[in-house]
Amino acid sequence: MTANDVLQIVFYLAVLLILVKPLGWYMARVYEGKPVGLDRVLGPLERLIYRLCDLDPQKEVGWKRYAMGALAFNAMGFAFLYLLQRVQGSLPLNPEHLAAVKTHTAFNTAVSFITNTNWQSYGGETTMSYLTQMLGMTVQNFVSAATAMAVLIAMIRGFVRRNSETIGNFWVDMTRSVLYILLPVSILWAVALMSQGVVQTYSSYPKTSLIEPVKGADGKMITEQTLAVGPAASQIAIKQLGTNGGGFFNANSAHPFENPTPLSNFLEVLAILMLPAALCYTFGKMVGDVRQGWAVLAAMVVIFGGMLALCWYSEQQSPPWMAQLGVDTTAGNMEGKEVRFGIANSALWATATTCASNGSVNSMHDSFTPLGGLVPMLLIQLGEVVFGGVGSGLYGMLVFAIIAVFIAGLMVGRTPEYLGKKIEAFEIKMAAIAILIPVIVILIGAGAAVMIPAARASTANPGAHGFSEILYAFSSAAGNNGSAFAGLSADTPFYNVSLGLTMLIGRYWVLIPALAIGGSLARKTIVPTSAGTLPTHGPLFVGLLVVVVLIIGALSFIPALALGPIVEHLLMFQ
Amino acid sequence: MTKQKRAAAIDRTLLQHALIDSFRKLDPRVQIHNPVMFVVYVGSIFTTILFVHSLVGQGEARPAFIFGVCLWLWITVLFANFAEAVAEWRGKAQAEALRKTRQEVHAKRLREPRVDAPFEMVPSSQLHRNDVVLVKETELIPADGEVVLGVASVDESSITGESAPVIRESGGDRSAVTGGTRVLSDWLIIRVTSEPGETFLDMMIAMVEGAKRQKTPNEIALNVLLASLTIIFLVVTATLLPYSAYSVMQAGHGSTVTITTLIALLVCLAPTTIGALLSAIGIAGMNRLSQANVVAMSGRAVEAAGDIDVLLLDKTGTITLGDRQATQFIPAAGVTVEELADAAQLSSLADETPEGRSIVVLAKQLYNLRGRDIRRLGASFVPFSARTRMSGVDFPEHQVRKGATEAIEAFVKSHGGVLPEAVKTTVAELSRGGATPLVVADGAKVLGVICLKDVVKGGIRERFAQLRRMGIKTVMITGDNPMTAAAIAAEAGVDDFLAEATPEAKLALIRDYQKEGHLVAMTGDGTNDAPALAQADVAVAMNTGTQAAKEAGNMVDLDSNPTKLLEIVQIGKQTLITRGALTTFSIANDVSKYFAIIPAAFVSTYPVLGRLNVMRLATPESAILSAVIFNAIIIVLLIPLALRGVKYTPLPASELLKRHLLIYGLGGLVVPFVGIKVIDLLLCFLHLA
Repeated sequence: MTANDVLQIVFYLAVLLILVKPLGWYMARVYEGKPVGLDRVLGPLERLIYRLCDLDPQKEVGWKRYAMGALAFNAMGFAFLYLLQRVQGSLPLNPEHLAAVKTHTAFNTAVSFITNTNWQSYGGETTMSYLTQMLGMTVQNFVSAATAMAVLIAMIRGFVRRNSETIGNFWVDMTRSVLYILLPVSILWAVALMSQGVVQTYSSYPKTSLIEPVKGADGKMITEQTLAVGPAASQIAIKQLGTNGGGFFNANSAHPFENPTPLSNFLEVLAILMLPAALCYTFGKMVGDVRQGWAVLAAMVVIFGGMLALCWYSEQQSPPWMAQLGVDTTAGNMEGKEVRFGIANSALWATATTCASNGSVNSMHDSFTPLGGLVPMLLIQLGEVVFGGVGSGLYGMLVFAIIAVFIAGLMVGRTPEYLGKKIEAFEIKMAAIAILIPVIVILIGAGAAVMIPAARASTANPGAHGFSEILYAFSSAAGNNGSAFAGLSADTPFYNVSLGLTMLIGRYWVLIPALAIGGSLARKTIVPTSAGTLPTHGPLFVGLLVVVVLIIGALSFIPALALGPIVEHLLMFQ
Repeated sequence: MTKQKRAAAIDRTLLQHALIDSFRKLDPRVQIHNPVMFVVYVGSIFTTILFVHSLVGQGEARPAFIFGVCLWLWITVLFANFAEAVAEWRGKAQAEALRKTRQEVHAKRLREPRVDAPFEMVPSSQLHRNDVVLVKETELIPADGEVVLGVASVDESSITGESAPVIRESGGDRSAVTGGTRVLSDWLIIRVTSEPGETFLDMMIAMVEGAKRQKTPNEIALNVLLASLTIIFLVVTATLLPYSAYSVMQAGHGSTVTITTLIALLVCLAPTTIGALLSAIGIAGMNRLSQANVVAMSGRAVEAAGDIDVLLLDKTGTITLGDRQATQFIPAAGVTVEELADAAQLSSLADETPEGRSIVVLAKQLYNLRGRDIRRLGASFVPFSARTRMSGVDFPEHQVRKGATEAIEAFVKSHGGVLPEAVKTTVAELSRGGATPLVVADGAKVLGVICLKDVVKGGIRERFAQLRRMGIKTVMITGDNPMTAAAIAAEAGVDDFLAEATPEAKLALIRDYQKEGHLVAMTGDGTNDAPALAQADVAVAMNTGTQAAKEAGNMVDLDSNPTKLLEIVQIGKQTLITRGALTTFSIANDVSKYFAIIPAAFVSTYPVLGRLNVMRLATPESAILSAVIFNAIIIVLLIPLALRGVKYTPLPASELLKRHLLIYGLGGLVVPFVGIKVIDLLLCFLHLA
């Protein structure tokens, strides 16, 4: 652990936190329909969209219709993306003449992108045409993020409004998310990334001769290499900003054309957490008490900091067998990491990408030390609420806040309330569903996989690590993260279908209850604060929220983790 | 038998009854109502089958081990039943005591409400609404009713526990009587207001027996949460079976985790502590309320009491002593204060109103003026009338009067005098200060002013400050004019007041507060309070109040003590805190149980997992058994806490949370580590594992 490493991480956190307020303030204004400057330029376009869609932007609906809107929109996205993959062979912008994607892969991929998971059981450069990448993946990168942002805002309105039957208009919230937030920031990021050398081209894959020819498996000398290129920068910007994480190339952000320099690395890892962090401020601003937003953010930062420290520390240890092989272990466990990023930036990225449901990688999580790998896995299993996905992370965290006030709130001698809204049976039912269902699908999915011989065969490693690979895959799918212990060969019918279903359940069984909570809260009146009210902005509540998130995650997954990374760690460092 | 011994005997029979009930409650139809305990119940049945299986055929583990787990699971279920049964039986014991007062008596049913009217003897169970009965000295009042004629002192100790007799009379707010109480002197003619089986006593018995107890909204929500947690743990433990099988396959040695172990793990993880005690907490809350002599019509009202953030309090009787008292004599120019006091006392000697008495007392206290017999002075008393608005004495040659300023002014004028300007100023000043001025005149001469004041009860200010710290706003309701009201409000330290309150104004005030999201509590006794009582979230009617008031409220205070509301709020809060504390405790317990059971369950497959056995428990079997036993025993140990309730101190919410998190959160984390270790040591010592 060098001073330089520490400095980099401190600098990262500082920039992240400095951006929270301005960005959060801006987003709050966007959603409250106040002037933001950009609306002077984009306002006509926004109104044109509404007119073309025959949409009344003033018309608001209740939570059920809001949810129907989101679901219908995502369903259309799924159908389009699935068809696009299946017919890409006969469509333009396919210089490499890539054929139609297999049905189960196409199903998995379509689900993966509409749910903001971006789990990829395919390699981008060998499977998807430029058109599919741009019209399919990139578009869903925008709208899947915007869907979650809209849902979050609708839920927040539930806290803000009193005796109201409506929580907003999905189409308007979604359009404004894309138009005023995701699109402008993405353009900024894409240009910045291009300046660092991230590729952006429609040309076919160029060939280049190797400086040092190598002997191939068949004994022939290989003298030429094909370089995969494409319109990458534009997709990578939103892939990071929208917590999508689906790489243009198979190696994701470890690939030199996706993430060539330390600066590009900084920008990309900053983009992972930037919007989820800022949305906390937006939340505080909209409920009229920014301290509430800071408190939720503080809880996220605390868990993030602890997990980062554990991951970082673990990766600096190297497994004993490495030294026995005569490998230089002074830097720590460098297996599966890019030398240009080193331990600190790899650990930072791994922690950030899994605490947010991003899932892009700049190092291979499968090669982490057992505890180093436990961190990303556990962060996903906590429910993707530590920052979490854009929008989805915060609505998930608010669900946890509801559970926290319910358990502890009773101890102040009042029936529980959060932000002046009484938390009653319906809210608890919905919050329980949102927390319960993802946990159940992960555990049952992994249970099924270890019982089915074909599924077991997909693991690259025997023993506890193989179990970790399977558990990670289902966690990643249910948490809509998308990263992997890539030792698992997941492009099989079993995994494509089961993980596809897991992603759907993990997404919508949180999204719908979150909206339901918003809808139910909107109908209630706001109880005025007094000395008898449980304060939800102080360090005490932050600590409470942290403990509730950790304890529910730990109680749900410790037995499984004990048979995976924990036992692996104990075996490795005996 | 001494009182203590008798209490112990009652306790013993109570526990015996509760014990029998614990077994009776093993009926699955009873168990299904509590999802958490139902899981334990099913687990117990499962392990019983596994045990039998291990005896007759090839078991998955040593029969003794399975038997140990099985036994303690059944004990866990019984302990939970026991907790509920104890709470119920305590209620029943109270109900029994009440029922004894509901003796069948024969009542004299009158043809018409006259003392000498003809009557027939009717058993009290055959009295119907609007029947008129006569109750004489030493007789029991046969049913709830309203006094239509007569004044009597009544012993209500059977209901209220208060041994001092109370006066019941027709008209006014002291006209309601309760069946089962005894007339001590004189007689009463009572109009029955309840049908048989619906009397107040019946209601109270049903309430304390828990017969009509329904789950409160918060209990329902908590049940949902507990059930969800249980489902998670069910899946967590169930999926451990394939995980374990896979691990055994990969490791190549060890054996798959046994079903018995998984059931043990499930029961330990499920929030059994709170699940077992939840209904006991609710019943105990109601019991505490009835011990405070308050009858709640529903558990919902008790829960709402904890949430109250606005208290409407009647000024008279609650904040002030109730009657205005003379506090000062202010003489007019040229009159000594003794002269004034003397005249004031003379005019009040025969005045039996509280104000009049207080004037006599004050004159005696300040100027040592003794009371005199006005008849011996040859004087006659002129009582207060609404028309003259004065009272006083007539001497043969002069008349002394005291009364409202305008009335005295007219009186003085009629004798050819005038009201001096200085007196007028004094009167205005006193009024501004919230006092009531009474002007005293002797014929044409104005002697001065008596200052009458509402005296604020001692200690009430501190109580309001306490309420403020708890986040409860106090609002004083009074019929006084705004000026008087403001002065008393300031003196008593209430947060707000409603002056010149009419029933409509009260109702509107409650609605306004509710619209802002507040939860409002109030007390009331008069019929004109009924609409406001019906609107308030927590409405406590005084037992002495009218039937209309009692029907509109959702609680009745048998002591008719308006400050009881504060106690009710505390009991409500206590119930909620107890629930939250035990939930937190229950969940925090799970951490240690993982450390006990996980290594034990998988150590055969991965011996390195033994390093997680931080408590150094002797064997895998002893570890699992210790966790299960701890889990059962903690329920019994916490029964007293559940029944008594967590101690409530009026503190701001943040302080309360900090304290309770420390005790029940951190405590819940640490205690089981110690407990499980101790049980493990004991098991080894006794060679049971």
